[in-house]
Amino acid sequence: MKAKTAFGKNIKPAGEVWVWVTGVGLAMGLFMILFLLGVIVWNGLNYFWPKRVAQIELAEDGRTEFRGERELFGVVTMRRSLTVENLSPDDADLVDLAREDPDYMREMMVYTGNRDVFATQNFAFLIMGDIERITHPEELMVLERTEWGNAIARPLELRLGTGEVISAGDPGFGDTLRRKVNEVRDRRSAIQRIERREMGRINARINREDLEIRYLRSLDERTPVQEAELERRLATVESLREELRPLELRSQALREQQREHSIAFQLVGGIERVQPLGDIVNFYLPNQMNLIQRAGWFFFKIWEFLTDYPREANTEGGIFPALFGTFVMTLLMSLAVTPFGVLAAVYLREYAKQGPLVSAVRISINNLAGVPSIVFGVFGLGFFIHEVGAVIDQVFYPRMVAINTPVFGTGGILWASLTLALMTVPVVIVATEEALAAVSRGVREGSLACGASKWQTIQRLVLPASSPGILTGLILAMARGAGEVAPLLLVGVMALAPSLPIDGMFPFIHLDRKFMHLGFHIYIVALQSPDTEATKPLVFASTLVLIMLVVVLNLGAIMIRNHLRKKLMSSAF
Amino acid sequence: MSHTFQQKAFKSGDRTAAPEPESPQPDFIKVRDFSFYYDSTVQVLFDLNLDVPKQKVTAFIGPSGCGKSTLLRSINRMNDLIDGIRHEGDITIDGHSIFDPHLEVISLRKRIGMVFQKSNPFPKSIYENIVYSLRVAGRSKRSELDEVVERSLRGAALWDEVKDRLKESAFGLSGGQMQRLCIARAIANRPEILLMDEPCSALDPIATGKIEDLIHELKKEYTIVIVTHNMQQAARVSDRTAFFYLGKLIEYNETEDIFMNPKNPQTEAYVSGRFG
Repeated sequence: MKAKTAFGKNIKPAGEVWVWVTGVGLAMGLFMILFLLGVIVWNGLNYFWPKRVAQIELAEDGRTEFRGERELFGVVTMRRSLTVENLSPDDADLVDLAREDPDYMREMMVYTGNRDVFATQNFAFLIMGDIERITHPEELMVLERTEWGNAIARPLELRLGTGEVISAGDPGFGDTLRRKVNEVRDRRSAIQRIERREMGRINARINREDLEIRYLRSLDERTPVQEAELERRLATVESLREELRPLELRSQALREQQREHSIAFQLVGGIERVQPLGDIVNFYLPNQMNLIQRAGWFFFKIWEFLTDYPREANTEGGIFPALFGTFVMTLLMSLAVTPFGVLAAVYLREYAKQGPLVSAVRISINNLAGVPSIVFGVFGLGFFIHEVGAVIDQVFYPRMVAINTPVFGTGGILWASLTLALMTVPVVIVATEEALAAVSRGVREGSLACGASKWQTIQRLVLPASSPGILTGLILAMARGAGEVAPLLLVGVMALAPSLPIDGMFPFIHLDRKFMHLGFHIYIVALQSPDTEATKPLVFASTLVLIMLVVVLNLGAIMIRNHLRKKLMSSAF
Repeated sequence: MSHTFQQKAFKSGDRTAAPEPESPQPDFIKVRDFSFYYDSTVQVLFDLNLDVPKQKVTAFIGPSGCGKSTLLRSINRMNDLIDGIRHEGDITIDGHSIFDPHLEVISLRKRIGMVFQKSNPFPKSIYENIVYSLRVAGRSKRSELDEVVERSLRGAALWDEVKDRLKESAFGLSGGQMQRLCIARAIANRPEILLMDEPCSALDPIATGKIEDLIHELKKEYTIVIVTHNMQQAARVSDRTAFFYLGKLIEYNETEDIFMNPKNPQTEAYVSGRFG
């Protein structure tokens, strides 16, 4: 259509097509980000949703069987098409069969659990054409256990310590089982309290004494004073061991009680198992749950995931230590990076004489932000641990050095935080410099004219006015630091740390301790666990938590920033 | 004046006491052979000689770029902030050179209040804006601060308008109020001299009128030097007027004489509006 305009010819705005090109660019970026987030959120949350357990019957004449049986229980996790290229030569006839029934070229992945019975395999792959029937019997039960993962089974009976037997058909079975499992759970946490907290406290003291004793024993000759010290310490250890004994007996007794009741259940092919309730963490009957119950279970599992310790080499249970470790490390990093970065920026912007040297320094700082993070890890290892840490140990823990058990001379949360602080300091410096530069000349001159010194002006006016900008820098630094894993590998992260960096034991904050980190946890669970297929959902769930943690930390900082901004603009401070 | 600029430590008690009655010294600020360079080649002031009388209003007028602001900002050494500046000659206040190497520039500025062209309230409450100069001097006695706030705001004719919202941000004020707040802030520490760099250039006529009235009030206590583009304003508020052109002082006399009976043809041309 050619319209005539007032100017007599059709005007086509030059270059307007580029609006669409730029729009497509943005849309593609957004799509990729949303897709990524969508995949993580969907898969992460899916892990917590209680899924129905299927009883799958296989055709008698089919090629597929499960441990010699034609029946199995499990959760269907995936259906996928087979491709001709991927078929083994034995299965070549599937292509022909698929002409009749396309299901012969489709495969189903079923989570079967019961790792203790079915060797170590958690999954079964079934050719869908061989499946005769899939049902969801109501009585099928998922039992979460302290060891060997979940059991998926048909419950038979509950055997109480009194000799009473409640069969699964009895109306009181579910309630009694629930009550007994709760009882067992409470007792388990009582055992943990005794062993972790009370015995842990004494054990920690014994360990300390032991280290000193090792040192004293390692000496070729002991002075009388040292001899006396050795005697004293040995006596202390003896008395601490005495203190441990009643606790040990108590936990022993509780552990005995854990085996009092047991549950019998049936697996495929009529295999029957009897398991003490002490091994059962929780159980549920997914096929009986309605939507509300499922939702309740879903949130309960999320809560459990966030607050529990991992079990079975990180493949089951929660991620609390990793979450806590990441949080503490990010906080420590922020505490280190903020003053460091702000002071550097103040000097660069306010005091340094602007010239080629300062420009060179500024460029170097900007480039520092682009250095691969592993380089900072190497620096942390070489400088913080081997230099600073070694010096600290020599000065404060000479005996530990003598027996080769470094305290700060090895990786720990302090060095990890400082390494990340070093890595993120350029971000804070750049953001702070920009914020400082944005404070108007009028305000500075006004302050100087009032008789303020330069430092007073900076301290009372410039820094408060630039605090929102400084916080923006901190937000960026946290976003980068919280998710970084590579440098941590060198400076103190652990797959399974025995204790938290902050706990109830004096001096409460243990900066020398190794710690767990969500990013590293994800790596370990994804690639270093015995059955990576089984831990895949766990990886997504942990990733989701890591993203959420970064979001929460950032939101916190953004809220503080907005509060400051508001204070700065509207009310007084 | 009992104290001198050689006193490095500025005694805080002195300035809040009522000024002692003393015979007016006609030449309070003396500018002698003063030349100023922004860098070694750009000279903006040429051999100025000028005496500013005490407790009078002295206006600096002249076209843009004539150096009047540079001279004003030399008096409290605000130009120190700029790299590469250089000066020749001397400026003395009360007989003491402001360029004395023993003099701390901070103690000089404590005795000279300054009001800027663009009002520059601090991002703080009205109250904290006023007491800023006391706080940086380490004075924080509540009763003293309260008293200073009331006196300064009354002095700047702002008290009645803001007395109920002293704790609110200064950014909530109108443009004219902000400028009066800056004046109140400048007089909070009871300086001897008040420098005003085109204080009304960003204000409407009503706000300008208020500030001019204020200048009349303030000159009873302070020696005021005002830079203005507005010749009517110079005529209205000042006792003496200096006309600058291209960095040179063309004529300096009683305001009446400058406007009614200028001796220099350039001055005449400027005040009658024929150029500039």
